[in-house]
Amino acid sequence: MNAIDVHGLVKRFGDKTVVDHVTMTVAEGEIVGFLGPNGSGKTTTIRIMCGLLTPDEGEGTVLGFDIRTDSLRIKREVGYMTQKFSFYEDLTIGENLEFVARLYRLKPVEEHVARTLEELGLTTRRNQLAGTLSGGWKQRLALAACIMHKPKLLLLDEPTAGVDPKARREFWDEIHRLASGGLTVLVSTHYMDEAERCHRISYISYGKMLATGTVAEVVKNAGLTTFVLQGPRLDQVAEALQGRPGVDQVAPFGATLHVVGSDRKKLEAALVDVEKEHKGVKVAPGETSLEDVFIQFMSGSKDNMA
Amino acid sequence: MNSVFSFARLGALLIKEFIQMRRDRITFAMMLGVPLMQLVLFGYAINNDPKSLPAALVATSSDPYTRAMVSALQTTGYYRFDHVSQSAADAEFLMSRGDVAFVVTIPADFARRVERGDSPQILIEADATDPAVASGAISTLGTVASQALLRARGMQEAAAEAALGQLEVVVHRRYNPEGISQYNIVPGLLGVILQMTMVMMTSIALTRETERGTMENLLAMPSSPLEIMMGKVLPYLAVGGVQVVVVLAAAKLLFAIPFTGSMSLLLTAVLIFVLALVLLGYTISTIARTQMQALQLTFFFFLPSIMLSGFMFPYRGMPTWAQAFGEILPLTHFLRIIRAVMLKGAELPAVATEIGWLVVFVALFAGVALVRFRRTLD
Repeated sequence: MNAIDVHGLVKRFGDKTVVDHVTMTVAEGEIVGFLGPNGSGKTTTIRIMCGLLTPDEGEGTVLGFDIRTDSLRIKREVGYMTQKFSFYEDLTIGENLEFVARLYRLKPVEEHVARTLEELGLTTRRNQLAGTLSGGWKQRLALAACIMHKPKLLLLDEPTAGVDPKARREFWDEIHRLASGGLTVLVSTHYMDEAERCHRISYISYGKMLATGTVAEVVKNAGLTTFVLQGPRLDQVAEALQGRPGVDQVAPFGATLHVVGSDRKKLEAALVDVEKEHKGVKVAPGETSLEDVFIQFMSGSKDNMA
Repeated sequence: MNSVFSFARLGALLIKEFIQMRRDRITFAMMLGVPLMQLVLFGYAINNDPKSLPAALVATSSDPYTRAMVSALQTTGYYRFDHVSQSAADAEFLMSRGDVAFVVTIPADFARRVERGDSPQILIEADATDPAVASGAISTLGTVASQALLRARGMQEAAAEAALGQLEVVVHRRYNPEGISQYNIVPGLLGVILQMTMVMMTSIALTRETERGTMENLLAMPSSPLEIMMGKVLPYLAVGGVQVVVVLAAAKLLFAIPFTGSMSLLLTAVLIFVLALVLLGYTISTIARTQMQALQLTFFFFLPSIMLSGFMFPYRGMPTWAQAFGEILPLTHFLRIIRAVMLKGAELPAVATEIGWLVVFVALFAGVALVRFRRTLD
């Protein structure tokens, strides 16, 4: 059984279609990265999956429960970490955890709270107001509160936004530890390095699911060709390349220039011309990165937010 | 499966709400301080039985009877004749400007009629735009005037009795013929204060969660609409209970309001009223999207409650449509109950209908709130 199995989800707000026929499956124990630009419908899709929103069209199950009719049972088995810190800032860390433990009817409350605090390393700060925690600690508290009831599926909505690299690293180690214990994780993110730590990724843009698979599959299926240029006055070279047929992306990376295109022949032709015009520029075949693919997706899909 | 209601989950919500209440010191102080402040402020400021009210005297003769009448009126303490021997037109003007509350007219033929035993008349015109102002002064008038007249004629006790009926005091309640009073304000204030604070506090209960972003989390966790509603409503019911004790104690100690009726009946009615109010507030918070909207809706409901419930203006003085409107306000029914029980010593049968109304409001608000409650973020 798949932990998530949804088909043709559609969600409209007014005349805007925020989620447009999204189909997604996530196998048990998998960590799936959910990627896409701001406003692409990631949060809305996740909310539909945990029963916070009703889809206008589409069907599906989460943990075997129907997303339309069984949202209460889904809520009991799913841990959902919201994008914005949504625990009570005017309650202490301990009180927040006690609240969650009681809502999930975990018994005995004190034991669960104490163990969670211990695991978090927050035992000594139990009586500190949650609102006074730093971003990284808030995120750890939120995660701890989400997994306290031992959910089978974890839905994380941009959990590492505004968190420093070390805390992010620790967070991802924790996610992998949980997944190896059988937990399924769907995590939305902007960060490419985080995407690469997922078993699989799904890319959504303006409500439409554009690509899904492992990172290597997504890169391969995008069918992009990348060349790396080196030499003097690369800024002028970049200017000369912009807008030529076959050249889709020109991006400086340190002392090199990455040139990406979807039509290999046209791209090569353009580069031959540029090599002639600019003396000393060397062109070498390069590796297409996940980021190149995403930039390509973003410029290719129509903006429906306006 | 215990999916609709669980005491453990309700307990979680209640504990959380009480902690938040305790931590929000300003609001907590407001909930206890404001009722007392308002009661003292309005209780003393609004005086049902004002004395030494400015009056104008229209009297053309200065015979002993007229003088006796004037001094008798003055000694009641209600009348203060600032304007003496005005012409009728001047007096009329003074009253329309609000300079005097009364115009006392003693006709030129007053003395002659007294001598002849030909039912003498005096005319008292009272500015009854505020009915409470005039009522005390007018109620003492008949006896005072008659006795003054009798003393002036030096009559014997027996003859005095016969003459009493002769004097005719004509009272005109100007601008507003209806006038009800007597301890109206303080019991009414209890209702108004409760309405103000209870509805306001609970009206932001859900919108606060929405605005702080905690609503999403609350909805994502297993809690039913009934649990969330009771978790929000019960703590404020408790606060309302404390408020009631504070206000009733102040009414007794500061204003010496009589508690004629049954205390348990009164408290039962108050409890049902407070429950209706917190549910009304909660209903508002299921409709409003922001705390600001919730407060606006609260005031939208608050003003008619004050105006049309009979708190400020006599209910029987309102046109039929306004009376019908007043009937759909919980405060109207509560005012009738508390005034009847506290002041007239009414028993349950006398107020059963009104209490029934309050129960209807409780059921209605709870029903609307549960239907309106958005279990999702749609």
